[in-house]
Amino acid sequence: MIEWLVVGLILAGTTFMLVAALGVVRLPDLLTRMHATTKAATLGVSLIMLAVALHFGEVAVVARALGVVLFLMMTAPVAAHVIGRAGYFVGTRLWSGTLKDELRPHYHPLTHRLDSGLERPDEPSDPTPRDPP
Amino acid sequence: MIGMMWNLLLGLGWLLLTGDFSGANLLTGLVFAYLVLALVQPRIAALSGYAQRLPRLVAFVGFFVRQLLLANLKVAYDILTPPWYMKPGVIAMPLAARSDFEIAFVANLISLTPGTLSLDVSDDHRVLYIHAMFLGDEPALRRSLAELERRALALFR
Repeated sequence: MIEWLVVGLILAGTTFMLVAALGVVRLPDLLTRMHATTKAATLGVSLIMLAVALHFGEVAVVARALGVVLFLMMTAPVAAHVIGRAGYFVGTRLWSGTLKDELRPHYHPLTHRLDSGLERPDEPSDPTPRDPP
Repeated sequence: MIGMMWNLLLGLGWLLLTGDFSGANLLTGLVFAYLVLALVQPRIAALSGYAQRLPRLVAFVGFFVRQLLLANLKVAYDILTPPWYMKPGVIAMPLAARSDFEIAFVANLISLTPGTLSLDVSDDHRVLYIHAMFLGDEPALRRSLAELERRALALFR
């Protein structure tokens, strides 16, 4: 019984990782590709680690498997964020089907300032000169 | 934080007093310490809200895993079928999180839920810029992001 569960989990995990790899090939721009790699790969590894924990069923192995999942969940999004952010600010083109971009108007390429768009007019403005709109 | 220290301390006390140094007994001690703290909690201000955090954490993990699975299937479907159903875009999300740790935690969670990827935080820490894959229903997406943030912050406050 538990064997079938383990097999199913590993199969699901590898399928998600395959889909992630396909996504990297198929998706049109950098940011959407980052979506595919981080999440589907994280979920795939988590499912495989769950299968490992179920298969061995020892405290030491289960603890380590959970540790792998925990650290992956802590690090994978950070890596995705750094790559996506660097790619965006270097100026990679977004896909032509992109609906809107609320970041672009708030970013000043010369000063690297990123406004929130929520500043009140009575706040002291920044000392660095802004670009004319 | 102080509640967690007391929990650990009382658990270790249980371990010493019973004299049985095994993992299972430590777990028993921690459970009893948790129950004791839940009992005395209304009388001690420093402990307020401690015992409510564990059920909240369990509920949050369940909620998060469900979101993770559902949204992953959605992205997988879009990758595997030839036409693109996605409508990507970058949106600005106002943050309720204030400290650096809270912002990092919320941004990480948002990156982990498929369909959304946190790009950057504005210089004044008030807005998180998110790349979303499915902007077809933007108000619904904003509502679910706010719900995720509210639940995540309830773990610490």
